[in-house]
Amino acid sequence: MSDLRSIVIIGAGECGICAALTLRDEGYTGEIALIHGEAVEPYEKPPLSKPGPDGISIKPISGTDRILRENIAVYHDQRVTEIDRTIKSVVLTNGEMISYDRLLLATGARPRALMIDGREIQQARLFRDFSDAKAFFDILAPDYRLTIIGGGFIGLELAAAARQRQVQTTLIESAPRLLGRAVPEALAARIEARHREEQVQFHIGQSISSISPTRKVTLADGTEIMSDIILAGIGSMPNMDLAEQCGLTIDNGIAVDACFRTSDPAIFAAGDCCSFPHALYGMKRMRLESWRAAQEQGAHAARAIIGSTGTYQSVPWFWSDQYDLTLQIAGLPSEGVTIVKRMLDDKSEILFHLDVEGRLVGASGLSRGNKIAKDIRLAEMLIAKRSHPDHQALADPKFNLKSLLNA
Amino acid sequence: MSNWIKACAVDDIPNEDVIRFDHGGATYAIYRKDDKFFATDGLCTHEKIHLADGLVMDYTIECPKHNGRFDYRTGAAKGAPVCIDLKTYPTKTEGDAIFIDIG
Ligand SMILES: Cc1cc2nc3c(=O)[nH]c(=O)nc-3n(C[C@H](O)[C@H](O)[C@H](O)COP(=O)(O)OP(=O)(O)OC[C@H]3O[C@@H](n4cnc5c(N)ncnc54)[C@H](O)[C@@H]3O)c2cc1C
Ligand code: FES
Repeated sequence: MSDLRSIVIIGAGECGICAALTLRDEGYTGEIALIHGEAVEPYEKPPLSKPGPDGISIKPISGTDRILRENIAVYHDQRVTEIDRTIKSVVLTNGEMISYDRLLLATGARPRALMIDGREIQQARLFRDFSDAKAFFDILAPDYRLTIIGGGFIGLELAAAARQRQVQTTLIESAPRLLGRAVPEALAARIEARHREEQVQFHIGQSISSISPTRKVTLADGTEIMSDIILAGIGSMPNMDLAEQCGLTIDNGIAVDACFRTSDPAIFAAGDCCSFPHALYGMKRMRLESWRAAQEQGAHAARAIIGSTGTYQSVPWFWSDQYDLTLQIAGLPSEGVTIVKRMLDDKSEILFHLDVEGRLVGASGLSRGNKIAKDIRLAEMLIAKRSHPDHQALADPKFNLKSLLNA
Repeated sequence: MSNWIKACAVDDIPNEDVIRFDHGGATYAIYRKDDKFFATDGLCTHEKIHLADGLVMDYTIECPKHNGRFDYRTGAAKGAPVCIDLKTYPTKTEGDAIFIDIG
């Protein structure tokens, strides 16, 4: 650690903030510069698509107040425009240059723009940051016609928020079902049914042939949908322009090793912007977009920067809230071949996903409220231990999964 | 000032677990570790979620929503995303009953 005097972190999202605080927790006393590309104080992103009746407000990232006390230099509303690896420095929008001994890219991701016939559709709003969310909810009025393109988490959470505001909501998904491979079909079907109960109109397995300047959406089968607002939630792309410009290796994100080091040993990347090999899944390379993973990766990268060599092992974890439903997913359900179902009651179910050898690789749960949380958390610990749990124990809601942890 | 309220019976709480107790418009969480009992505010300090749906491991309660962790003996928040401590309340057992002092 002794040769380190200056660490620069690009991006003050969950990942960048957690990295900065971890550096101090671990005893690093040198300079830390945190480049925050936004004008508002660092805030949590998940609440943006789950606003309560009071609408959108800034929920500061936990620990932000500590940043000020820990002698961390925050550059507000400044973006890094260039990384110069030969002289180890970054350039900010205002022209200022900051030298680094180690650099962490925590630049997150941005929404994919809607393209039709090679043209970007400007009428379709995108949703990622506070200003997108504020603009969207400010104009959303009851009886407006909202068309959401994309049946992923953002699209579905916004559909729920819109229905709670009496907005007429139509959702178009081009795949044969909602939520793709990340969520098992049985749970996706229950989520769809819940949205139908709330009068969301679905067009599933339908592609869009055109969108007029007056926001008329025409589907491949000729259906026409008139809209006052169109929102595209069709996935996101890692923010890796800086990494590309300075020649770092890219592979579905900024490519890093299991310590979050890029192809340049002085530069690290973590959170939504990076792809990494996951030790729990045979070093399979993946990019996660998850709030908790962003924190954990930021912390792991920080420790690696100051010399720790541990391999990242954290179990992926994600949640989504829609109406009164909570979905939680631990591990990677898509890596499983067998499903064992545990019904906690008629509205709360957990699916355990096991691989060919019977190892638990994922667990996904859906309930009203947080009924499934305890078992999902225990499943997460079992996944981390690479356990091969007994199917009957998993299926029996009276069986306390905690006892499997010591088995 | 003390204000002891009868909350539940000893057997209502399995060992190393938590239950919810509502009283006078407030909600509490009551924990059991072997023959010791503890009480805290019932709602997480991150987003007002009932902690009783969360997992207890040793002396830690983990919020069911985003896994914020607290030491339920002291109420101390143990890292992101929770940074505000939980309020704790004294407990006592009389025979089969558990009382908490809500002050
Ligand atoms: C609306 C929404 C809802 C979500 N809901 C959930 C959920 O329910 N559950 C869940 O698990 N996850 C959810 N997520 C995902 C989760 O929020 C992200 O995985 C997490 O925020 C990633 O953190 P990060 O720090 O890697 O990136 P970000 O939070 O995106 O932060 C990156 C920061 O870097 C800044 N930046 C980028 N380039 C530069 C530059 N050149 N110079 C300076 N600054 C720069 C950006 O402006 C941004 O502030 C949600 C995300 C969104 C957008
Ligand atoms: S509500 Fe408890 S951790 Fe977020």
